Amino acid sequence: MAERGSLEEMRSRVVLGEFGVRHVHTTDFPGSYPGYTDAWDPVTFRQGFHVDVTHMDEGLLEFDLVGIDAAIANAFRRILLAEVPTMAVEKVFVYNNTSIVQDEILAHRLGLIPIQADPRLFEYRSQGDEEGTEIDTLQFQLKIKCSRNPRAAKESSDPNELYINHKVYSRHMTWVPLGNQADLFPDACFRPVHDDILIAQLRPGQEIDVLMHCVKGIGKDHAKFSPVATASYRLLPDITLVQPIEGEAAEKLKKCFSPGVIEIQDIKGKKVARVANARLDTFSREIFRHEELKNMVRLARVRNHYI
Amino acid sequence: MAEEAERKPVLETVQAEGTDGNCVTFVLHDEDHTLGNSLRYMIMKNPEVEFCGYCITHPSESKINFRIQTRGGIPAVEPFRKGLTDLMDVCHHMLSTFEASVKEYKAQKETEMD
Repeated sequence: MAERGSLEEMRSRVVLGEFGVRHVHTTDFPGSYPGYTDAWDPVTFRQGFHVDVTHMDEGLLEFDLVGIDAAIANAFRRILLAEVPTMAVEKVFVYNNTSIVQDEILAHRLGLIPIQADPRLFEYRSQGDEEGTEIDTLQFQLKIKCSRNPRAAKESSDPNELYINHKVYSRHMTWVPLGNQADLFPDACFRPVHDDILIAQLRPGQEIDVLMHCVKGIGKDHAKFSPVATASYRLLPDITLVQPIEGEAAEKLKKCFSPGVIEIQDIKGKKVARVANARLDTFSREIFRHEELKNMVRLARVRNHYI
Repeated sequence: MAEEAERKPVLETVQAEGTDGNCVTFVLHDEDHTLGNSLRYMIMKNPEVEFCGYCITHPSESKINFRIQTRGGIPAVEPFRKGLTDLMDVCHHMLSTFEASVKEYKAQKETEMD
């Protein structure tokens, strides 16, 4: 029945029209629709909710959350960005810095380097505590001096050949155990996550000698404590062909979407378009630029499926 | 008292004169959309609640005004409490489902490698 169908569509899909997006807000609260009880029911939630991990490696995790609302999904995204604690360099004690990079710039750059350390092993530093004890601080040292390479060729102008230690990388940072940390963490190696972050460049005679204190913090305080490069979500696309599309129009349709979304099948000699994998689409809405095609396709997103 | 002066309030309530406990505005300190929107969603799902909304008074101050109005049966604190416990349950369930899913993915990867 058309009415029932459109009500379902209003409740469960966010529709992308030509000039705007319709049915954006969640409306399934108790009393909104006669005949639907939308009161909170943990059993229905548990039945309808599931998580599918699609991809996981060192730097990227992609998973599907099905059956929750935007408010909760967004809350998790905000928490990932701002409230998951990590360790990062907070105080930099500069003993000697004769490089061209100013002290404060160097300290800022050191603060942004991600540190491989489990924040659950450490406490937050209490307010007003300047020194830092072994339960809340990690100490790193960066001591490096640039000198001229005596074995370089006479006429070479390549800095890699002429100078030793002229590029300061994050792998030059070494962990200095405080107090009983050496006994508590004998196997742990606390180091920057990436070894090849360029911190500064030196020339002969310049040196950097700094001591760094890392503390536990959250992203709300300073972005250096954010554990993720970014966390984002998108809704699952849902493309339906209102009428069957054949022949030339099918080819044109295929070009309007991202590769892999529409496939052309050969049925009885005619080319017929079919939606193969709507998930791949990035919704450039190219279809609305073509007069004859724009009414044959309905673009929508599934409201409670987050990728 | 010295104790209260040191600890900052986390939650205050504001109630208009002459009304009973059915419509109350809660002021939550150190909170923002992260808790506000998700809590609003959970409380709106409660059929006893007539109105529920939140707003951030000023972007420089991190406090939210959270207002609940019930249909007249129960005091407004009840749906607030229920909403918080429901939200906690949802988060626990999501965490366990997510961990199970990650474990399953890792196991599947290992069988694929072999």
